[in-house]
Amino acid sequence: MKGKAMINIISPKNLVYSRPKAFTDTPTHYCPGCTHGTAHRLIAEVLDEMNIADKTIGVAPVGCAVFAYNYIDTDFVEAAHGRAPAMATGIKRLLPDRVVFAYQGDGDLASIGMAETVHAAARGENITVIFINNTNYGMTGGQMAPTTLPGQKTTTSPNGRDVELQGYPIRVAEMLATLEGVGYVVRRSLHDPKNIRLAKKAIRTAFEVQVRGLGFSMVELLSTCSTNWGLTPVESLKWLEEHMLPYYPLGDYKIAPSVAAVKI
Amino acid sequence: MTRELWKGNEAIAEAAIRAGLEGYFGYPITPQTETLEWMSRRMPELGRIFLQAESEPAAINMVYGAACTGARVMTSSSSPGISLMMEGLSYIAGTEVPVVLVDVMRGGPGLGNIAPSQGDYNQICHGGGHGDYHPIVLAPASVQEAVDLVPLAFDLAEKYLNIACVLLDGSIGQMMEPVELPEMRPVVRKEYAWATTGAKDRSRHVLTSIYLEVGLEEEVNLRLLKRWEAIKANEVRFKEYYLDDAEIAVIGFGTAGRVALSAVRAARAQGIKVGLFRPISVSPYPYQQVAALAERVKSLLVVEMNTGQMLEDVRLAVSRRIPIEFYGRLGGVVPFPDEILGEIQRIAKQPPSLEGHPAQRWLERMTAPQR
Amino acid sequence: MQTEIIIAGFGGQGVMFAGQVLAYAAMDKGEEVTWIPSYGPEMRGGTANCTVVIADEEIGSPLVKNPPASIVMNLPSYDKYEPLVKPGGVLVVNASMVDRGAKRDDITEIFVPANDIAEEIGDRRLANMVAAGALIACLPILSIEDLEAALEAHMPGRHKRLLPKNYEALRKGAEFATEHARKAK
Repeated sequence: MKGKAMINIISPKNLVYSRPKAFTDTPTHYCPGCTHGTAHRLIAEVLDEMNIADKTIGVAPVGCAVFAYNYIDTDFVEAAHGRAPAMATGIKRLLPDRVVFAYQGDGDLASIGMAETVHAAARGENITVIFINNTNYGMTGGQMAPTTLPGQKTTTSPNGRDVELQGYPIRVAEMLATLEGVGYVVRRSLHDPKNIRLAKKAIRTAFEVQVRGLGFSMVELLSTCSTNWGLTPVESLKWLEEHMLPYYPLGDYKIAPSVAAVKI
Repeated sequence: MTRELWKGNEAIAEAAIRAGLEGYFGYPITPQTETLEWMSRRMPELGRIFLQAESEPAAINMVYGAACTGARVMTSSSSPGISLMMEGLSYIAGTEVPVVLVDVMRGGPGLGNIAPSQGDYNQICHGGGHGDYHPIVLAPASVQEAVDLVPLAFDLAEKYLNIACVLLDGSIGQMMEPVELPEMRPVVRKEYAWATTGAKDRSRHVLTSIYLEVGLEEEVNLRLLKRWEAIKANEVRFKEYYLDDAEIAVIGFGTAGRVALSAVRAARAQGIKVGLFRPISVSPYPYQQVAALAERVKSLLVVEMNTGQMLEDVRLAVSRRIPIEFYGRLGGVVPFPDEILGEIQRIAKQPPSLEGHPAQRWLERMTAPQR
Repeated sequence: MQTEIIIAGFGGQGVMFAGQVLAYAAMDKGEEVTWIPSYGPEMRGGTANCTVVIADEEIGSPLVKNPPASIVMNLPSYDKYEPLVKPGGVLVVNASMVDRGAKRDDITEIFVPANDIAEEIGDRRLANMVAAGALIACLPILSIEDLEAALEAHMPGRHKRLLPKNYEALRKGAEFATEHARKAK
């Protein structure tokens, strides 16, 4: 009888949480404690809410999210390392009425692909970039990235990033905010439920900006990398909060007047 | 149809536009910039897509993305720019989407110079990008031939889901010749079963070149190779001149081929039985035709504006049946006909050796102290 | 039957355009033709040249070492091309820009004060057409009428008002050359 009672609880009226339609029923390959899955899910939820999954083309990066197309259920292309904004540009120019987004990590976007990123933004390319900043190269095993914090140990900065030798981390959102072509660029974080809700709202806004043709939109998401940071999932969330937030302050770095006028 | 005098680079651009080009992405580099400039004016006026990219890697990856939509797209560049595009080309090959590339070659290696060269032969025909793939490579020797080959390149790229490259040197890009341009073809967006256009009322399409499962990657490689076999069987192109009774055959592609034509005529005027074989498809290479040629003539002279890159394909076709000589000019130097005539006369007088390597003998002659 | 012509001078002297006029005229007569420029940094203020090949069959080399006909518009070009003209060939020299005499007697050298004649007509920039007229007077492949027809057919609309002066330049150049050639005999 107990089992039957359980089944009765599972009914549409009690449903508060389910897999978004634009999210495939595939277990992800991400490590425990990684926030890629969270970011993917937020995108899928936004695609559902806007009902645009069937007109969306995703561009996957080289990095841990190389198989993003296994999880986000839209048409997808897989770019070369760093070239996602260029590829997205090619698609968007030929298919201006479709929604095109690139999903990129920090090595991909801010190191090898910085030129593509900056120029897509400067052109005001009507694409959306979801930028995962987890301060290291995850897929290749935790090397120093352009976003690695001063003093942070990685496999290629074993004594901690020495800014005298290895320079300073790049604040991408702040940098892109200086460009005229940018409609919307913000930084959010995935380290707690409140921030995740804010991140989703930003992702929604970014896609709305694209749909309205208001220019380049990017959401930088501060993310965890438990495995390469050598921390437990919970410790990773704390580390993000304690170390990343001070260097990478959350905020709206550019909201163009045309975007500010949009009610979402 | 009236003939108009067209500069090579502009004629190539207009020919592509008339072939229904929908999107062009490029970056300035001499000696092909006129193609980019022509596109920048014509494409927007026709309501089509032109974009000057921030770099060659960006340009080729824009083309890659645009090709994934199923649209007819292309880029053009010159040697150093082509080197930068090699990454994208390998991805395009691995993803099996059709793309047309125009390489207006200049002197190298490195920054080299902006004078005409054929130094990209190996890079374009035999690799360049990583992995196993074979682009279709068409090498025009005149502006008219370039105009004729550009639409063909699109058709072949789409037929075989392959990269098709039009390979020429700076002199053809810069020269003006009378041409008949094709009629304007309408833009047709083909409905490919693979194009990423948004999964409306269909299952989704994913275009990728990553196959972590090694067995699957092997399958992809085998599929590419099968397709290449079909291309080899169907798409070999070449032109023959004065070969009927020839005892010596000159082999050269593009500008080297047409310069050799002048030399062959001059030699004929002196009674030397010599002809010219000019490969038009340099990939797939006309191996069988060159092999058959080796049965008909007594010796071969390969002429190139490089150190003997196509020479190796000729040697592969001929094996050691007949002697081969080589004559090359490098670094942006275009040979004059009398230089090639001199080689033909030498071969006519004293048949070359089967022993040794033709390029080695040529290098010794090139670097011998002037007497 | 094939004729090759090299036209050389400073950038800005209209050597490229003069070559194109010959190329258009040949094309309109149904001949095969190639026009090929020297291109690149040397065009920026240095010497520039173009080669025109006119033939009645598929053209081989677009470049030629020893042209049977040439125009040199300045001294550096004269120094460079005088030794290269094929024996028996014709070399039109812009006497306005050259301060020496011929070094060869196995070719016909025609000294045309192209700048001075152009200025008499009223536009210094017509020196190239004066020289082209002089060359054509010595070459059987094209006539002054062919060049005039080519200018008429291919000059962009906005330049059409310049046609009469271009025709005058061609004819003055041709007259000078014919006169010169008669004197030489």
